[in-house]
Amino acid sequence: MAYLVLDQLTKRFGNWTAVDNVSLTVEKGELISLLGPSGCGKTTTLQMIAGFLDADGGRVMLDGQDLLAKKPNERGLGIVFQSYALFPHMTAAENVAFGLEMRRINRADRDRMVADALKLVGLEQYGDRHPRRMSGGQQQRVALARALVIKPSLLLLDEPLSNLDAKMREEMQIELRRIQRTVGTTMILVTHDQSEAMALSDRVVVMNKGRIQQVATPQEAYDHPANAFVANFLGRTNLLPGMVGGGAGGTVITVADSVWPVAQPMAAGPGALAVRPEKIGFVDAGGLSGTVLARVFQGTQWLFEIETAAGRLMVIRQHDGSPLPAERERVMVGWRPDDMAVMPADREAA
Amino acid sequence: MAASTETHLSGTKATAPPPRRPRRWPWTPYLLSAPGLALFAVLLLVPLAMTFLLSLNSFSFYGGIENVWQLGNYADIIADSYFHEVFLRTFRIAAVVTLLCALFGAPEAYILRRMKSPWRGLCLLIVLGPLLISVVSRTLGWALLFGSTGLVNQGLMGLGLIATPIEFMYTETGVIIALTHVLVPFMVLSVWASLQRLDPQVENAALSLGAGPLTVMRRVVLPQIVPGILSGSIIVFALAASAFATPAIIGGRRLKVAATLAYDEFLNTLNWPLGATVAVLLLIANVVIIVGCNRLVERRYKQVFE
Amino acid sequence: MNRNGPIALIFHVLFLSFLLAPILIVCAVAFTSQGYLSLPTEGLSLRWFRAIGDNPEFIRAFKDSLLLGAVSSTLAILVAVPAALAIARHQFFGREAIQALFLSPLMVPHIVLGIAFLRFFTMIGLGGTFAGLVLSHVIIILPFALRLILAASTGMDRAVENAAASLGASSWTCFRRVTLPLILPGVASGWVLAFINSFDEVTMTVFIASPETTTLPVRLFLYIQDNIDPLVAAVSAVLIFLTVAAMLVLDRVYGLERLLVGKGRD
Repeated sequence: MAYLVLDQLTKRFGNWTAVDNVSLTVEKGELISLLGPSGCGKTTTLQMIAGFLDADGGRVMLDGQDLLAKKPNERGLGIVFQSYALFPHMTAAENVAFGLEMRRINRADRDRMVADALKLVGLEQYGDRHPRRMSGGQQQRVALARALVIKPSLLLLDEPLSNLDAKMREEMQIELRRIQRTVGTTMILVTHDQSEAMALSDRVVVMNKGRIQQVATPQEAYDHPANAFVANFLGRTNLLPGMVGGGAGGTVITVADSVWPVAQPMAAGPGALAVRPEKIGFVDAGGLSGTVLARVFQGTQWLFEIETAAGRLMVIRQHDGSPLPAERERVMVGWRPDDMAVMPADREAA
Repeated sequence: MAASTETHLSGTKATAPPPRRPRRWPWTPYLLSAPGLALFAVLLLVPLAMTFLLSLNSFSFYGGIENVWQLGNYADIIADSYFHEVFLRTFRIAAVVTLLCALFGAPEAYILRRMKSPWRGLCLLIVLGPLLISVVSRTLGWALLFGSTGLVNQGLMGLGLIATPIEFMYTETGVIIALTHVLVPFMVLSVWASLQRLDPQVENAALSLGAGPLTVMRRVVLPQIVPGILSGSIIVFALAASAFATPAIIGGRRLKVAATLAYDEFLNTLNWPLGATVAVLLLIANVVIIVGCNRLVERRYKQVFE
Repeated sequence: MNRNGPIALIFHVLFLSFLLAPILIVCAVAFTSQGYLSLPTEGLSLRWFRAIGDNPEFIRAFKDSLLLGAVSSTLAILVAVPAALAIARHQFFGREAIQALFLSPLMVPHIVLGIAFLRFFTMIGLGGTFAGLVLSHVIIILPFALRLILAASTGMDRAVENAAASLGASSWTCFRRVTLPLILPGVASGWVLAFINSFDEVTMTVFIASPETTTLPVRLFLYIQDNIDPLVAAVSAVLIFLTVAAMLVLDRVYGLERLLVGKGRD
């Protein structure tokens, strides 16, 4: 039985559809990411779940109850805002206590719960500080404690780490994952940062132009993107145009002078082949031929740019002492058929 | 020592163009602000000092101003219940105007912030626009509404709110209404400025934690705009206490406030020393209130709002 | 997102009506066809606007007001720009005090300034002269100009000036070609705000002006003290129309909010 169900959720602003028939089910205790570029509808979806925006169509069911029928202040969700939205006139402890006060929890229990929540995020020393006197990372933790202390049925995180510097962000990712394991709250994370989504989530929901492109575990989405958009959005990829056709041993895709077997059944016609730079190797035969345009040393790895009849492609090889081609050398590149994804050509690219 | 080195260097500069130096000369800022300093010294400090000296002179109807130095004028004002009444009225009017401005201006600023784009700009224009229109023209409007056309009374009686006309002209009520009109845009501006610093997500955060709209207002929004209301109140109070044109037109010669009293002493009674004394007292009260309240507000909110 | 409820909207409408009522009534009364103060119930008439032409003292006062505003704002800018640069760019002994001094006219009631200037100008022989008006107006409008220029200079990236200097520009060239163009929006809005404050000033000017040299608000004020008739309503209406026109232009060009957030005291 699914815990949270989004059923054909739709939001229009004028004649622009920000969220277009989004359906999704989330299991209890799961951490799921809504991932996509800005304007893809991920934040709008979150705001509808939270109740700050009214949906134009569709339903949101949480634990069997219709969420859209409730006012935002009756939904009992925890929300961590991108700007943290801490109450600047209250101390950290007062911020955390606010939701408990609204629930009329008595003073003693409240103090205990606030202390526990601050301890959970590692801020037990900072209870009587005002937000302006805290670092970005500390404010972030207060916001998290404030949202968690009310034991929300669902925690919504709107780009929670985007205002932190790179090092802090990494620390908070680990922290967030630890907290999620500890408290077991179902969480929905909205982010445009694919590495953040991959690091944190059980499943990612890749969105573009108001529609869901793919729902999968991070690894699945990375290795087998459903379409060109997902392939491009989740890390660097090479997208090569080809022609799908039936061969002797099954379906194949022909890319310039090379032919690759396609595992899934596909209709014949123009197609595209996506393969990650780090999955490509230099082969002696049976691959795609080209010329090395440039090679760049990046410390742990070498980056190659190869000109082929199907277009330019990127190749990443580990710097492990094995011999590698020089610039302007004629080469042949290849990859395991398992490492590539084949899709019809008419799917929209990023 | 340092001063003599500087003089020496400046002498070099006057005779020959010096080589480029990596550092600016320490007196550059003084040179840049010199014209302003000279202007303010001659045209602000000297006249104000002279006004203070004038307030120490004595005046007789036949002898005119006498160059004596005494505190007789201050003693007169402190002793005379007529002056008490005028000063008390001035501060009463200023206090009520400040209260009304806060009561109406702060909610209006909040409503304006919640409005959508084209309406918001238009309404802001209507609210702030009167600041650019001459105070005399605006007060004339109230004189017309209160007196000649009696539109306000007609309206109130038409609505059944009052049975007989209320006298607005030459009354404190009239002065208070007109001054509130003149000064309320300052309050809206001040609260508006503090609302700009308020993260709109904060209200959503409170909602998501289970607070109802009224609780959000009381516990989250209001405490954050209090500094704006307070600094707006300081502005409004100071301007209301020293207002001249509006009380002169609506209050007339009968209902005096400090500013119109000083005006009359100067231009009608020609008792300049007494007028100067009233002015000095008004100035001191104004400076004490503005500086004192600002200090208080800053100290109280420094912890929270840097 | 968050919308205003019906009570808020009713309040809002009442508030705007309160603000607009006296302004609209002045404009309405100005169009009366009667010889006394009344609403134009008998049809609109321009007779009182024509009557302004028969009272040249209003037209002369209007011209004097414009000239006074223009001259004193320009002078205020000339003094305020170097002062603002000094305060914004340099750390020096007495910086805070100098800034406080330049902003201090905001704290002095205009009635006090009027009295002080009346006494001072009478003694030095500037009483009732245009020069006296200009000098006194420079003092009261300088804080408004200074604040906007100060905001512009503080917000400017100093590295740009250093870049110009490293390319061989002299201090003066650097100011003329780099600094001034960058703070120009602040300077322009400072001039406009100074002009408006000079043009609207009445309390201080009523002491300094003479029957020969006076401003329109003072002329209006003195007229109203004696007698309120449709003529002053017509003059006020013209003033209101001009202000509204200027306001719409300003709002387009600069944004009224941006201009006015600097107005008032803090």
